Amino acid sequence: MPSVKIARKSTDTDMTPFVDVAFLILAFFMLATKFKPPDPVEITTPNSVSSDQLEQKDGILVQLDKDGRVFFAMQAEANKEAKKAVIQNLNTTRNLGLTAAEMKSFEKAYAIGVPFNQLKQFLSLDEEGQKKVKQPGIPVKDSATNELYYWVRDAVTAFAGSKISYLVKGDNAAKYPDFKRVLEAFKRNDIYKFQLVTSPESAPPGTELYRTRQGGPKPAAN
Amino acid sequence: MASIDTAAGESGHKKGPGVKKAKKLSTRVDMTPMVDLGFLLITFFIFTTTMSTPSTMDLFMPKDTKKEEELNKAKESGALTIMMGNENHLYYYEGKLAPDAANFTPSNFKEIRDVIIKKKKSTPPEDLVIVLKPNEQATYKNTVDMLDEMTINEIKRFALVDISEVENGLVHATEGTPMPPATAQPVQPAPTQ
Repeated sequence: MPSVKIARKSTDTDMTPFVDVAFLILAFFMLATKFKPPDPVEITTPNSVSSDQLEQKDGILVQLDKDGRVFFAMQAEANKEAKKAVIQNLNTTRNLGLTAAEMKSFEKAYAIGVPFNQLKQFLSLDEEGQKKVKQPGIPVKDSATNELYYWVRDAVTAFAGSKISYLVKGDNAAKYPDFKRVLEAFKRNDIYKFQLVTSPESAPPGTELYRTRQGGPKPAAN
Repeated sequence: MASIDTAAGESGHKKGPGVKKAKKLSTRVDMTPMVDLGFLLITFFIFTTTMSTPSTMDLFMPKDTKKEEELNKAKESGALTIMMGNENHLYYYEGKLAPDAANFTPSNFKEIRDVIIKKKKSTPPEDLVIVLKPNEQATYKNTVDMLDEMTINEIKRFALVDISEVENGLVHATEGTPMPPATAQPVQPAPTQ
């Protein structure tokens, strides 16, 4: 009986193209990645049709989480002295009694969400400890104890002369009164122009904005 | 020069006994560990990356003023007031709120666009003003969504105003939620320090 000999094929496959693709993707993600600063809270921003990109410039970022806690952060890349000036000024005006090390800790910390009377204790923690502790938020409840006002005031003074942005980043589920109080803290500092951080969304089809963006003829005004 | 290999191959037999032929080593490298590492890094970068850059929405607030002459006057015929309540409920009325609240209409986020478009069509552009009044149960998302609706429908004049007691009462009556305790908030001047 003639036997048919089946040729033994190697089970090795050439992985080179596979590796090529894998490293291409790797290179893409490495370049596209921008590490976000550690947020003290998870904030899901609402969507908006606004097409303005978030600018990377110095400014004040007030975050509002779903429980109405308020966090204050300063982006001071260009003006490194600003954060130092703010904490030194607050230390004197509010009698916080901070040590030099604690002030240094403030410069490193990203967002602050504690009332003034707990600030010393918070800043005395090391970086890991600050991350773990649940911050109660800056009090904004009524105008007499609105501490955000002082933060904003000192930050504006520290940034004096440079053009800065005032960012408000709120969570979807945050209640309107908390947002209003944040705005009030700004308004009392004579700041009336804000930028709300949102997630981009395209204009719904059929609306006027959609038509404008498409560059099409506008319907006759009547 | 470039024929060392072939020369060695040809003269392989002619070499005397004891001259061993160099063993040909495979040039193939096992790439599995490299691929493993590659994919590990890919997964790492995929998880850490933030793809969508957030956008920003400009918001201009007016200065609080008590002076009558500085206040913007709105024509009654051109005004549309939209109130935001609990759980994404919307309410609106045109012009002035009727004493018997006959023009107080419940709505929602799906329908409100048509209401705005209709109002915009039926009103001369210089008279049109939309007043947004979120109550204390409205979320930040509702507020931003309504501000966004102004952009979408290209409304040039709109205002974000506190809800009045009467209006909030109507909203709560419709929703069946209890009114919040009246909080008299006297406007205090900024404390100087």
